[in-house]
Amino acid sequence: MHGESQYRVPLIRGDKTYHQITEDICAPIEGRAGKLWYLAFTVSAVAALWGVGCISYLLGTGVGVWGLNRTVNWAWDITNFVWWVGIGHAGTLISAVLLLFRQRWRMAVNRSAEAMTIFAVVCAGMFPLIHMGRLWVGYWTLPLPNQFGSLWVNFNSPLLWDVFAISTYFSVSLGFWYTGLIPDFATVRDRQVIPWMKKIYQITSFGWSGTAKQWQRFEEVSLVLAGMSTPLVLSVHTIVSFDFATSVIPGWHTTIFPPYFVAGAIFSGFAMVLTLLLIMRKVLKLEDYITVGHVESMNKIIIVTGSIVGVAYITELFVAYYSGVQYEQYAFLNRATGPLAWSYWIMMGCNVISPQVFWIKKLRTNLTFTFFMSLVVNVGMWFERFVIIVTSLHRDYLPSSWTMFYPTWVDVGVYVGTMGIFFTLFLLFSRTFPVIAMAELKSILKISGEGWKKRQQEHEHEHDHH
Amino acid sequence: MSSKLIYAVYDDPDVTVKAGQTVTDAGIKVNTVYSPFPVHGIDDAIKLPRTRISVAAFLFGAMGTSFAAWMTWYMLIYDWPMNVGGKPSFSFAENFPSFVPVMFELTILLGAHGMIWTFFFISGILPGAKNKNPDPRTTDDKFIIEIDPSKQAQKEDEIIGMLKDAGAIEINRGE
Repeated sequence: MHGESQYRVPLIRGDKTYHQITEDICAPIEGRAGKLWYLAFTVSAVAALWGVGCISYLLGTGVGVWGLNRTVNWAWDITNFVWWVGIGHAGTLISAVLLLFRQRWRMAVNRSAEAMTIFAVVCAGMFPLIHMGRLWVGYWTLPLPNQFGSLWVNFNSPLLWDVFAISTYFSVSLGFWYTGLIPDFATVRDRQVIPWMKKIYQITSFGWSGTAKQWQRFEEVSLVLAGMSTPLVLSVHTIVSFDFATSVIPGWHTTIFPPYFVAGAIFSGFAMVLTLLLIMRKVLKLEDYITVGHVESMNKIIIVTGSIVGVAYITELFVAYYSGVQYEQYAFLNRATGPLAWSYWIMMGCNVISPQVFWIKKLRTNLTFTFFMSLVVNVGMWFERFVIIVTSLHRDYLPSSWTMFYPTWVDVGVYVGTMGIFFTLFLLFSRTFPVIAMAELKSILKISGEGWKKRQQEHEHEHDHH
Repeated sequence: MSSKLIYAVYDDPDVTVKAGQTVTDAGIKVNTVYSPFPVHGIDDAIKLPRTRISVAAFLFGAMGTSFAAWMTWYMLIYDWPMNVGGKPSFSFAENFPSFVPVMFELTILLGAHGMIWTFFFISGILPGAKNKNPDPRTTDDKFIIEIDPSKQAQKEDEIIGMLKDAGAIEINRGE
């Protein structure tokens, strides 16, 4: 009845009991943070504060403090926006799509990947708002009755679809994540001895009791939410790509964009998950739960999505050549050989060539190498957006208005600031939340725990007929 | 009668399911089972009716779709039609493709949040609610079958005997 094939590598290493899982995962919440955590937190918090400072300066002075000009009127702001939204996609892919596919390995990584999604979308969402220059009119993007002659928002615009897509994505991800957290908060609550901590987890666990009826509904809710989040996550980056694809700029006006952006988003998201988890499993001593097998599975997704992205780049080049439209042809020629060619070749190198090394099993199971590659992919995917956005704009239809784009310190500061905010939030999460979905993991212990699998094998040897 | 509830404690999910099955087959009504994680098969074992919560998701989702359809029609077709970028807003049908993304997003938005909040309300899980699990170990590694002996045809000792035979490691009593 229970058990999976002995050929499958156990997902939980060591001979764990249910109680041991609780102990291991609650340990970071109940214990004290090490020096390394404080160091990382200080660095991130300083970067975050610098970002807040840069944003305040930007809002106080105007978007002119960015390096934008008349020709390149969109650059790092939208690059960062797309980059962060893309990173978020991995969390939803793990928690929703892999749930529908009944992939058990997701259970060790979904909680932190979803947290990453939420923090990444927070960072992404800031860019459209600050790009308005006047943050206080941000609510103008909403379809509210108003006194400007009852002029409504324009539902024909992909930028408005983005408002709906990003806010739906953020709030639904948050709801999905929190619903999953409730039983785990209850576990933390029931073992607390410090009164104020018990009180906090009493509130956050919403009075969860774990009755059969609650679990039955919980499972149904998880399944239906996964079913809704799957098309949602695909729609989000599709709509982000519409921001470009529905325009008439050569290099943007491309029907391949939606699938190409979604694949790229998952590709970069998994890279960020790996960057975070490879550190987290070491620092929080979760090596038994986030194993080399988990890392390998994620690297396989990187091969698939990275290859889709590579094929998309090459298709784009071919179609530009084959279209016979000289503007389109020039946009791509300029990307590969123009003054910003260095960014194009960074993108090609990091996203097309480098992930192919993961075909070699030795490399995709090597953690140090994976960590290095995850950074390479993150850099490559940032440059992908930069290439699409800036190289398509800086040499437009009219050669007399051709320019270059140079970022200012405010461009850099805002970007570094969002990284600071992201890592600060993630570091806080790692010390106050159960970073692995304990309840889910316990439900697969007897199926995929190393100790249980060994016992099952011995049992099978005893009964040869089995 | 003021007899106390029986809490039979188990330490394995499969044993719990079998125990639940045994007592239910004997005609004993199990109040509920507390467990640290969803135990598969327990619903059938204690004859728990299927949840209909996905109906709520569907209704909220349908509400989202219709609201978005009404909103886009009212704002861009009826109240203030505009010709934007050669995409004229003369009729809802002509303008429909542009409205699909917003209709989709609002379907998901209302469907998901509607379902989550329905789940919270009907299960009594809300910020500040008190938890009802009789033993803190049920969120860690123990499984408890709760039975109200006053409502059963069998005698208390008989029920306790059955639960013990099915592998209970402890029998506790409570209100």
